[in-house]
Amino acid sequence: MSNLLIDRELDVPPATAPGLTAAGRAVRRTRFLNWVAVHAVAVAAALFFVLPFVFVFLTALMSDQQALTRNLWPDSWHWENLRTVWETPGFLTWWKNTLLYAGLGTALTLLSSIPVAYALARFKFRGRNFAMLLVISTMMLPPQVVIVPMYLFWAKQLHLSGTLWPLIIPMAFTDAFSIFLLRQFLLTIPKEYVDAAKVDGCSDFRALVRVILPMAKPAIAAVALFQFFYCWNDYFGPQIYASENPAAWTLSYGLESFKGAHHTNWNLTMAATLLVMAPVIILFFFAQKAFIEGVTLTGVKG
Amino acid sequence: MTATTIAPARRPALSEGLRRKRRQERLRNLAFLSPWLIGVSVFFLYPLVSTVYFSFMKYDGFTAPTWVGLKNWTYVFTDYPFFWPALRNTLWLVIVMVTLRVLFGLGIGLLITKVKTGAGFFRTAFYLPYLAPPVAATMAFAFLLNPGTGPVNNILGSLGLPQPGWFNDPHWSKPALTLLALWGIGDLMVIFMASLLDVPLEQYEAASLDGAGWWQRFKFVTMPNIQPIVLFAVITGVIQTMQYYTQPLVAGKVASGVIGGSGQQFEPGYPEKSTLTLPQLVYHLGFQRFDTGGACVIALVLFGLAMVFTAFLMRRGSGFLATDD
Repeated sequence: MSNLLIDRELDVPPATAPGLTAAGRAVRRTRFLNWVAVHAVAVAAALFFVLPFVFVFLTALMSDQQALTRNLWPDSWHWENLRTVWETPGFLTWWKNTLLYAGLGTALTLLSSIPVAYALARFKFRGRNFAMLLVISTMMLPPQVVIVPMYLFWAKQLHLSGTLWPLIIPMAFTDAFSIFLLRQFLLTIPKEYVDAAKVDGCSDFRALVRVILPMAKPAIAAVALFQFFYCWNDYFGPQIYASENPAAWTLSYGLESFKGAHHTNWNLTMAATLLVMAPVIILFFFAQKAFIEGVTLTGVKG
Repeated sequence: MTATTIAPARRPALSEGLRRKRRQERLRNLAFLSPWLIGVSVFFLYPLVSTVYFSFMKYDGFTAPTWVGLKNWTYVFTDYPFFWPALRNTLWLVIVMVTLRVLFGLGIGLLITKVKTGAGFFRTAFYLPYLAPPVAATMAFAFLLNPGTGPVNNILGSLGLPQPGWFNDPHWSKPALTLLALWGIGDLMVIFMASLLDVPLEQYEAASLDGAGWWQRFKFVTMPNIQPIVLFAVITGVIQTMQYYTQPLVAGKVASGVIGGSGQQFEPGYPEKSTLTLPQLVYHLGFQRFDTGGACVIALVLFGLAMVFTAFLMRRGSGFLATDD
C-alpha cells in the first residue's frame, strides 16, 4: 500500500537536454504536450472540487445585505460571522454532543470489535463462515430496516429517547463495518507471531494485546477514523432519537435547523456549514495516510 | 491451535486432556465473540423478527397493536402514493448516478496516476470533498445551486447559458443530487487509484512494444486488470443507493424552505416527490404518520433489495469470506 503515496515513473518529466537527435526531440515534444494535456485536465477537475469550498468560504464572510445579492466576492470581510454562529444558542451544545457521540462511540466500537475481528480471523469454529456472512449482511443494511422496533425498544421500554444513548450504547456491542475492516487486516498478519507468543506461555488474550495490537495500529487508526466520521456525519440517528430534545442535538442535525432559524441568511448558514466541515478536514490533514489505507482496505484487500 | 471442526465419526475416544482443551477453546471463542453475539441478537435479529411481526399489525405507537393480515402490504403497494415514485427515483439513481460515479471515479483515478507535477495537491483536492459531512455538503450545494443568488446560475447566466431550477425543479433535482455525489468521488478515486497502480508495468511496456496506442493499452491491459474493482464499485454503489437518505432529504428541506428541527413537518420528496427514496418512506410512515405497520413493510422491501445486491457482491468471490487456512 505504501506505493500509493509515491509516484511511479511511467513518463519522464519534460526537460531540455543538449545534443538530442531529431527523433529524440520529437519524443520529448510529445511527452511535453502530454504533460500539458494531463495537467490542464487536472486543473479543470481541481476547480470542480475546490470551487464549492471557495464559494462557501466567501459567502460565509459576506455582510447580510450582500449575501442577498448575486455578488461572488465580499465587499467587506465579516469574520465576526463565524463568531456569531459560534455564539448562537445551542451551537456549543451541539459541538459537545457531537464530540461525546463520536468520541465515546469510537472508543466503545474499538473495544468491542477488536476481539471479535480477531476471533473471526484466527480461531476455527463451526459457523465461522456463517458469522462472517451475518457481519457482512448487517454492514450492508440501511439502518432504516430495523429502526421501528429499535425506536420502540429505546423509547417505550428504556425511556431513552431525547438522548444520544440509543446511538452510543449499541457500539459497545460491536459495529459490523469495523469488524469487517479489522478482520481483513488481521488476516494479513502471519499467525507464527501468535504461535511463538503462545509457546512462551501467553494466553490468547495476552497475545492479542501484546503481539497483534501493536502490529495492527494502522488498521485500528483507520477504523477509529471511519467510526469517528460516521458518528460526526450521522444525521438519521440523531433525527430519530434526539429531535424532540434540542439539548441533545448534534452538529449534523442542528446545522439543518440553523438554515431554518436564519431563513435566507446564506452568509450565516454558510459560516455554520464551514464550522461543521472544518474539524473533519483538519483531522484529515493530521491522519491522511491512515485514511487512504483504510479506504483501500475496504475494496481491494483479501 | 488444533482444529475444532472435526468429523466425529470413526474417531477414537478423546483423551481427557484433549477434551478439556476443546472445552477451553470453546469458552475462549465464546468470550471473544460475546460482544458481537449480544449485539447482533439485540440490535439486528430481534428487531428484524419484530419488523416482520409489525408488518402484519396495525399499531400507532399508543394503543395496543391489532392483527390486520396483509392490509399494510396492500396499502403500501397500491394506495400509498409515495411508494412507486420512491422506487422509480431509486431506479433512476441506480442507472444514472451509480454509472456516472463509477465512470467519473475511474477517470479521476486514471488522471491522478498520470499527474506528475503537484500530485500531492491534486490528490488532496480531489479527495477532500468526500470527507465533507453529508448535511454540510448538501447545504453547500443547496446554496451553490439556489436559483436566486447561487454562484452556479450566476456564472451560467453571465455565459448566456440556461439556468435550471436545480433543487427547486422536479426535473433537475436528481441531476443536482448527482452533481453532489460526483463531488464526493474521493472513495472511488482512491480504490481505482490503488488498483491502477497494481497493474503490472511490464504489461504496458509489452503492449507499447507491440505498437498499442493509449486506447488499446486501456482496453487490453488496464480494463482486464481492474475489471473486478469496477464490478465492486458498481455493486457497492447500488447498495449505497438503497441507503440514500440524508442528501435528498436535506436538499428537499432546504430548497422547500421548511424550517428544520422539531417544529414544522416536512413532507419528503420536494419538489413533487422527485427526491423521494425508500429510507425516507420508513421515516415518513413510521415517525410522521405513526403508521408502524406500513413503515415495517417498507423496511422489509428495503431489506430484500439490500440482501439481493449483497448476495451479488459475495457471489463474485471478492475475498470477503477468504480465510488463511
